Amino acid sequence: MATLQIREALRHAIDEEMARDERVFVIGEEVGHYDGAYKVTEGLLAKYGERRVVDTPIAEAGFAGVGIGAAMAGLRPIVEFMTFNFSAVAFDQILNNAAKLRQLSNGQFTLPIVFRGPNAAAHMLSSTHSQAFESFYCGFPGVKVVSVATPADAKGLLKSAIRDDNPIIFFESEVMYSVKGEVPDGEHLIPIGKAEIKRPGSGVTVVTWGQGLAIALAAAELAQAEGLSCEVIDLRTLRPLDDDAVVASVRKTNRCVLVYHGWPYGGTGAEVSDRVMRLCFDDLDAPILRVCYEDLNMPYAENLEHLVIPSPARALEAIREVAYRQH
Amino acid sequence: MSRDTAVQAEPAGAASEHGKFASDAGVQRPRDGGDERAGSGAASEGGAARASVDEQRRLYTEMLRIRRFEETAARAYTQGKISGFLHLYIGQEAIAVATADLMRPGDRVVTTYRDHGFAIALGCDSGACMAELFGKATGLVGGVGGSMHFFARDKGLWGGYAIVGSHVPVAAGHAFASKYNQDGAVTFCFLGEGAMHIGATAEGMNLAGLWKLPIVFVIENNLYAMGTPLRRQSPVDDLTTRAPGWALDHDRWVVDDVVATRNRLARIAERARNEERPALVELLTYRFRGHSMSDPGKYRTKEEVDAWRKTDPLARGEAELRGAGLSDADLESIDAAVVAEMDAAVAFADASPPPAPEHRFRHHLVEDDP
Ligand SMILES: Cc1ncc(C[n+]2csc(CCOP(=O)(O)OP(=O)(O)O)c2C)c(N)n1
Ligand SMILES: [Mg+2]
Repeated sequence: MATLQIREALRHAIDEEMARDERVFVIGEEVGHYDGAYKVTEGLLAKYGERRVVDTPIAEAGFAGVGIGAAMAGLRPIVEFMTFNFSAVAFDQILNNAAKLRQLSNGQFTLPIVFRGPNAAAHMLSSTHSQAFESFYCGFPGVKVVSVATPADAKGLLKSAIRDDNPIIFFESEVMYSVKGEVPDGEHLIPIGKAEIKRPGSGVTVVTWGQGLAIALAAAELAQAEGLSCEVIDLRTLRPLDDDAVVASVRKTNRCVLVYHGWPYGGTGAEVSDRVMRLCFDDLDAPILRVCYEDLNMPYAENLEHLVIPSPARALEAIREVAYRQH
Repeated sequence: MSRDTAVQAEPAGAASEHGKFASDAGVQRPRDGGDERAGSGAASEGGAARASVDEQRRLYTEMLRIRRFEETAARAYTQGKISGFLHLYIGQEAIAVATADLMRPGDRVVTTYRDHGFAIALGCDSGACMAELFGKATGLVGGVGGSMHFFARDKGLWGGYAIVGSHVPVAAGHAFASKYNQDGAVTFCFLGEGAMHIGATAEGMNLAGLWKLPIVFVIENNLYAMGTPLRRQSPVDDLTTRAPGWALDHDRWVVDDVVATRNRLARIAERARNEERPALVELLTYRFRGHSMSDPGKYRTKEEVDAWRKTDPLARGEAELRGAGLSDADLESIDAAVVAEMDAAVAFADASPPPAPEHRFRHHLVEDDP
């Protein structure tokens, strides 16, 4: 086992897959000569050269489209968005091309392409630079969506994503790139579509992903101090959803809280809630609660941002509420 | 790797010029003595004759105010009083000052996240600007936007935008409204050279040319988009070569002189205002700091930065004032007043309260406002 930062785990995944498969290349802004805006791709230009580590102008629709076209012609692009906020500019390419060309061509083309980068709020970047995009990208068929929160998951899932023959949206986080953790040595692959129990428990199921994980684990710790045992499930893949893992836990706890970065209206949290309700309605002892962004554009001021973003304290309140604990 | 291009600029009305801009892999800098200096061409009225000493002093002081504001903000950032992204305008001040000086009532500026300089030049209170960076209730936009989103509608600042290129069609929309209402206003849309390669920019500029909107697009070409030099952004160095395809007037010069830049830009603006001649202007300039506070700027050589310091319009302004007879003591007293203003801005921002918690619910829809 090596202890790595998430950024290093991602870099190792890209490096290993580039070494393994000549068709894999990286494209995006500042990925090469600058060594990555967040240093994920550091050293890759020096190792693989400009043919396979491609710096672009600021042209998200352009380089996302180039990635899609190259994938149709047999290459395996890793498209980096400096942050997913800028993927909004390329949304049409992903929605109407990446997600649809296989179907439109009646299966003549496959699109083995990964769109990756940091997602959701960082710290005091205001409204246009703090957005969680999973609800947009989970909202249509033809793509898979992954969100990682630990170095081991980052490496194992990115390697699987690069090998997958479908378009993959791969979410990281600016504020988590330096998070450290153990990563298994050798070939380390994690299947797409599988959730993981990050903390076993019996009283309340807490479903989370991405930046939500640290909040959920902190809240579970606080709940434990009050004698409430939480099982924290990290979805890791948001589309397709691992219904079985969530349902198995809720059958045991009879209670479910969702903790995530993102707006409350519709979207991924609402989807999980709907599935739990449909698949194990009779097992539920309380309504499912969601702890996420307030339904607001992100303000810059620190005190306001703290109120909008979910906190362990807010998650704890929801945990108490589904357990009918007075406080 | 080395690339030298020599592109003949078309005459842009009275300001006829035939410029060359040399760049190579190592050092990007203006050609010494090239005729694309702001003071060349039709704008080459010499020295003090172009402006009175009072006027020169005023423009110099405005540039200095921006520089000191930015230096003060940088210090506050390292002290942890400012967070998020902070993009400094140091080196580019003359552009905002020249623009503010030629604008008429009702004219608008739309710009990028590198927006503090325009706010100061357009007369926004430096305390309110600093308080915005500090995320305080007394900030220019109540602490909601931060560094990248300065708005002051009453001063003509119609916004700092942070998605590259996305403000270009919006600015065209302001000009569309001016034409619709026949209000006689000109919109000045500023963008980095990095924004010339994204779709929204092409769409906005094409519409402006197609509909002959009263707008001047100004590229602040500081030669880098974050760490990417121009030669890895664009197949040509002269970005005004795109203007004919959009039927935009065009002009291009090195910003080494605030007076000449103002005069040359003013003529272009009046043609946009009165003659249905929208324009694309490329201003060659330089940012002396990194892209933002988190960028050490390792992609540039010291020689390159030093070469550009020689054409810093602020330094030129100072030299001209000395030439006009101002003493060390005169210049020091100008600076002391500016420094005192910025110290007061910090004191004001420090003493201001954070936004009230309820403020986060405001202004999403008109119904949200009391
Ligand atoms: C669509 C989009 N992509 C990427 C970014 C990240 N980004 C912010 S500023 C910048 C560089 C812009 O350079 P330029 O247009 O030359 O302006 P300058 O910063 O030099 O003033 C980049 C890549 C962004 N804000 N928007
Ligand atoms: Mg630039």
